[in-house]
Amino acid sequence: MTDSFLQLERLTKRFGAHAAVSDLTLSVARGSVLALLGPSGSGKTTTLRLLAGFDRPDAGSIAVDGRDVTALAPAERRFGMVFQHYALFPHLTVAENVAYGLAGRGSVEDRARRVAEMLALVDLQGFGERQVSALSGGQQQRIAVARALAPEPRVLLLDEPLSNLDPSLRERTRRELRAALARVGMTTVFVTHEQEEAFALGDRVAVLNEGRLEQVGTPPELYDRPRTLFVATFVGRASVLRAKMSGTSAARLDAGAEWPVETPVQLGDGTLATVVVRPEAVSFAAAGLAGTVTGCRYTGARAYFTVAVGAGDAAADVEVEAPVRAARVGDAVHLAADHALAFPAEQT
Amino acid sequence: MIRQPRGLLLAFVLVWIVVYPVLLVVVDSVHGPGGFTLEYMAAFAREPQEWSALWGSLWISVASVALAGLIGVPLGFVFERLDFPGRRVLGALVALPAVLPPLVGVIAFLFLYGESGFVARAIMQVFGLEEAPWRLRGAGAILLVHAYSMYVYFYLFTRAGLVKVDASMVEAAHSLGSGTWATLRRVTLPLLRPQLAAAALLTFMTALGSFSAPYIFGGGFRVMTTQIVASKLNGDMRMAIVETAALAAVALAGLFLLRRQGGARSVVAVGKGTPPAARALQQPLARWGATAVGWAFAVMLLLPHVTLIVVSLVPLGTWTTQLVPPAYTLANYGTLISEPERLRPLVNSLWMASAATLGALGLALWAGRLVVQRRATLRGAIETLVSVPWAIPGTVLAIALATAFSVRAPWVGRWVLVGTAVILPLAYLVRNIPIAAGSVLAGFRQLDPSLDEAAASLGAGRVRTLRTVTVPLLRPAILAGGALAFATALGDFVTSIVLYTYETRPISIEILSSLRAFDIGSAAAYGVVLMLISAVAMVVGTRR
Repeated sequence: MTDSFLQLERLTKRFGAHAAVSDLTLSVARGSVLALLGPSGSGKTTTLRLLAGFDRPDAGSIAVDGRDVTALAPAERRFGMVFQHYALFPHLTVAENVAYGLAGRGSVEDRARRVAEMLALVDLQGFGERQVSALSGGQQQRIAVARALAPEPRVLLLDEPLSNLDPSLRERTRRELRAALARVGMTTVFVTHEQEEAFALGDRVAVLNEGRLEQVGTPPELYDRPRTLFVATFVGRASVLRAKMSGTSAARLDAGAEWPVETPVQLGDGTLATVVVRPEAVSFAAAGLAGTVTGCRYTGARAYFTVAVGAGDAAADVEVEAPVRAARVGDAVHLAADHALAFPAEQT
Repeated sequence: MIRQPRGLLLAFVLVWIVVYPVLLVVVDSVHGPGGFTLEYMAAFAREPQEWSALWGSLWISVASVALAGLIGVPLGFVFERLDFPGRRVLGALVALPAVLPPLVGVIAFLFLYGESGFVARAIMQVFGLEEAPWRLRGAGAILLVHAYSMYVYFYLFTRAGLVKVDASMVEAAHSLGSGTWATLRRVTLPLLRPQLAAAALLTFMTALGSFSAPYIFGGGFRVMTTQIVASKLNGDMRMAIVETAALAAVALAGLFLLRRQGGARSVVAVGKGTPPAARALQQPLARWGATAVGWAFAVMLLLPHVTLIVVSLVPLGTWTTQLVPPAYTLANYGTLISEPERLRPLVNSLWMASAATLGALGLALWAGRLVVQRRATLRGAIETLVSVPWAIPGTVLAIALATAFSVRAPWVGRWVLVGTAVILPLAYLVRNIPIAAGSVLAGFRQLDPSLDEAAASLGAGRVRTLRTVTVPLLRPAILAGGALAFATALGDFVTSIVLYTYETRPISIEILSSLRAFDIGSAAAYGVVLMLISAVAMVVGTRR
């Protein structure tokens, strides 16, 4: 990254013997949005708290625009934060909440203008005099964003920004959030455990697992070219099969048949491998991996079929995306794959 | 690296003013000029009087728990589960004895049920008796006062517990074929166990430390608290110290035993916690019966308060043998303000209680901040330290402070404070710590910790966060804790009698000397003022 505005360098945080974050290096370009994606316990919230300054790292550094801020208190960092439960001050009005970070800046009129500007940004003009408790969840979320943006922070941090909203509200709020962030061109880091949210909001996505960075990249990079088995299975739908390499670009599946595979990490002939394949990369064919259709989930014109393959230790389910009429439950079928990935076999 | 030096400092302050004085008393009880000695203990053990006082304290406390429970628990059930006319007003009135400072309650009982009180006079009048039909003396009188003032704990805890018992649990028991009584015995009461244990502990500790009632009504009946004060006033400090150590030991043992009762099998009720709706009494007879009993009860509860007000209007020396006082005047209140020597105790009590309350609130806020911080090092120790004074009977605390701060030895943290204006506010402060901290800590626990972080991320420093976020949000908790602490300090008698000087004498001491001078009107007037200020403080403190 040439244009790195926010730089995390070998960040490590331990709680007792447990390393919540270890050796994390990441960079975020000015004005871009980075999603921290991972299951619970992956260290993504800890990373955000380290960025905000609420926790101090045991090792490593955080720099903004080339200046080290690791030792700065949260109040001196100028990082805006939107909390998971918003943390709006319940005893203050909407306007007073938004103005909280503006204390001592400019005149009363300047501050009032800035508050109005921020309320307009999140499309809540005229809500200034309301009590916070009188707002809906979605409105509270937008006020939290407005409050964090008002003092013109250098970086905006969001902790699970949409997790407290009704599913019906999420889609819309996500679009509005995306638009607001683009309008102010704010360098942003946000945390989520939902891939869809990470892909929709993030310019780039960092996948964390057990405190370590698995991979960082754009959504298509992560989906099409996952570099680890964890990323391949955590991001998007995928079926997992045991196999042994046959040459360096094909794998002999334990369940039978041989599929061509790509290998993000070099795998020699004969090594044990785990093959990962997306539903849309598998199709019904005249010959190939033999199995039986055991289930079907319709999504309109197309359907996801579950096909049981192999037996004993080699038994597995493969998900196939195909036209609705391609097969029926109970059919004996053969499967071909045009784009499968092989990773070193998991140590079991 | 010490990450929490502030936590350390607070722990240090608390140990110094709470634990250290009590430890000094324990050490002094087995330490003479020649080093370690059991001589004082032996002197204590040889006195049959001491044993009877120890036994008296113990059985009075246990009996108080039983009596208070017998009144408070059914009352709690009635007001929480039955609906009848006047339920709301009566339900609030029933908690009234809690606002009466102990000494004021005792003198009100004296004026009402004492041998020259209203009730005795009425009976003498009706039956033409020459002498009062009874004397309000001894264990029975003490228990009467204890039952009156302490059933409130059981009443309030029972109601608080019943609110949390989920209706679906009771319904589940009924649907499994369990009858009303079986459900009560096997479902509701076990679920209430933690609350009942807490109320029992509170009652036991209060009764064990009770001083006003045995002091005024005891007569020949001995308990430890009066024994300690008598030894102290007779100048036998050494005996007072040994007696104090003995009472502290009983208090600790009681605390330990009752805590285990409540804690070992505390049940966590799952469910949404929707309490069953109060059942309206339908039968007219039951309705009117309940209402009549309720109002009769309320009148009985209010009588001491009314008595106090009536007596406060009696001019000096006018009420002799008549059934009711023949003359009434506001002069007793007038002299309270016009005579500087009568005003002084009032001013003393007000400033000392205010200082003690502010100090205790300061410590409580300090403790609260540290306790809710995610990884404060000494949080457990601090939580324990702020609740410890609660388990120390007032007399024990007073003797401990008198011992610790009557010697000048700055290198071990001892200065001569006894006889100065500092010692009483300090004593009140220590007694106020658990009251203030209980409320403030509960308030802190309800605060979302990310509010502090939100303020910090918006550039607010520690002071601004405290001023603009923490304190405004904690205001109800601070006011409630502060009001209760202020009222307690204002009415304090038990530590005052050990530590006061003529210049710093508080209201309670003045009530006592007025009583001794047979100036019952002034004594009652002070009592009414005390009662009113406490009531106002409580109203302000609990307003939402």
